[in-house]
Amino acid sequence: MNNGKDNYALESKNVNFFYGSKQALENITMQIPEKKVTALIGPSGCGKSTYLRLFNRMNDLIAGTKVVGEVLVKNQDIYKNNVDLVELRQHVGMVFQKSNPFPKSIFDNVAYGPRAHGIKSKDQIAYIVERSLRQAALWEEVKDSLNKNATALSGGQQQRLCIARALAVEPDVLLMDEPASALDPIATQKIEELIMDLKQNYTIVIVTHSMQQAARVSDLTAFFYMGQLIEFGPTSKIFTNPSNTRTEDYITGKFG
Amino acid sequence: MWLKAKIYNFLFLTLSIAGFTISILTLFALIADLVVTGAPRIDFSFLTSFPSRNADQAGILSASVGTLCVMLVTALVAVPVGIAAGVYLEEYAPKNWLTTLIEINISNLAGVPSIVFGLMALGLFVYKLSLGQSILTAGLTLSLLILPIVIVTTREAIRAIPTGIRHAVYALGATKWQLVRDHIIPYSKGGISTGVIIGLSRAIGETAPLITIGALTFIAFLPNSPITSHFPFISFQWLHDPFTVLPIQMFNWVSRPQPEFHQNAAAAGVILMSITMIMNLGAIIVRLRFRKKVTW
Repeated sequence: MNNGKDNYALESKNVNFFYGSKQALENITMQIPEKKVTALIGPSGCGKSTYLRLFNRMNDLIAGTKVVGEVLVKNQDIYKNNVDLVELRQHVGMVFQKSNPFPKSIFDNVAYGPRAHGIKSKDQIAYIVERSLRQAALWEEVKDSLNKNATALSGGQQQRLCIARALAVEPDVLLMDEPASALDPIATQKIEELIMDLKQNYTIVIVTHSMQQAARVSDLTAFFYMGQLIEFGPTSKIFTNPSNTRTEDYITGKFG
Repeated sequence: MWLKAKIYNFLFLTLSIAGFTISILTLFALIADLVVTGAPRIDFSFLTSFPSRNADQAGILSASVGTLCVMLVTALVAVPVGIAAGVYLEEYAPKNWLTTLIEINISNLAGVPSIVFGLMALGLFVYKLSLGQSILTAGLTLSLLILPIVIVTTREAIRAIPTGIRHAVYALGATKWQLVRDHIIPYSKGGISTGVIIGLSRAIGETAPLITIGALTFIAFLPNSPITSHFPFISFQWLHDPFTVLPIQMFNWVSRPQPEFHQNAAAAGVILMSITMIMNLGAIIVRLRFRKKVTW
């Protein structure tokens, strides 16, 4: 099945994306390797979030959008007709810019995914909840208040809860759409440490407005500009020796 | 210029306070008059007697049982249908000219005079479907009347749910049905219950559509009991029984010449108004409780 080529977690081949008649992505071809952190950077409206949301088909929720080209998750084209969205989203989890816990207890927030996928055993659910909260470095803070309403948590805790909730369905890939942009520096640091922990087991793609954050947490960086992928490579190279002048102008703060 | 603004400010304030005072005072005067006239008449026998030719022996038993039965049917029909329609329009219906047209008309429907609903019900339920001048017909009619209220409040409650929640549910791999069942309906329960209670408290005071479909104004017996002594022990015969309701009973008493009957009408009015107020209070409590529980 491998037929000689590399296995990428996520891949796009000549992908074009349209919001109605407006083209948001132009001919993006990119391979995202497994168990690495890949950062997508670029100015607002450059298409990086749109690109991220291709991989769990969240763009489908917006009426009038169209994808042309191939988007591969584990070498499977996910825009084919027979793709099971439930299964896809179980493999490819997502964390959003604004923390969005359900107005339910902390426990029920994390338990929701596994329950929705049909796990009924109470012991198993409790085990998954604890494991996910530990992975999200939240367990010690909430283990005595699992029945408390999740919306009572602080912003940073809410965001880690959302990460735990995403991890509870055991994805391989975690898409993060500016996960720390609404958080204070300390909460941001916790999220960044968490990302570095998680990359041992997960493929992480993170959209960020903060170039320092991209430099700190990512192994690879992709620079998007006006719907095009300008440059993609190891983070160290992009930030020290970019080959495209527009990349250089952006990371040195000439525009943005 | 500054002085002019101050004068306008003062004038407008005076006008607002005057308007407010007049409307509140009128309301309180009406309520006070009703209570002063009616309250002394309310006692146990008034609540448990059938109407009578003698004003001092007459009571509201058949009317209150009728109101209860009709409200039960109204709620049982309007709640599921209204919620389903609201959820469908918000979550499932494609956004095109047809649904837009339906949406506009649902809001318009809330403003249609209730007697028009009565005429429609007379033609459809009484004549076409031969349901008779029964509790069932009355319940169906009033449920049509309050459906727009239930649908509109359901949709408003659903729209108040942030899109972030929807995205989170989908991103976890949940299906649309799971989204609706586990999130949309639970989180909008507060708004939906408020709409249901407000709708029912409107329906409970409706007279015109029920008179149109032929509700009786004098009735000295109760509908059949829903529980029977022989198998299968429950009976739905009561649905087909004739009925009267509190506002019709009031109407009947008011239209008589004797002042004693007018006192009866006031007493029934006090009871009807108390029920309406308690229901509205209930709506407020439900709303506050859910606002505390469901925050974003």
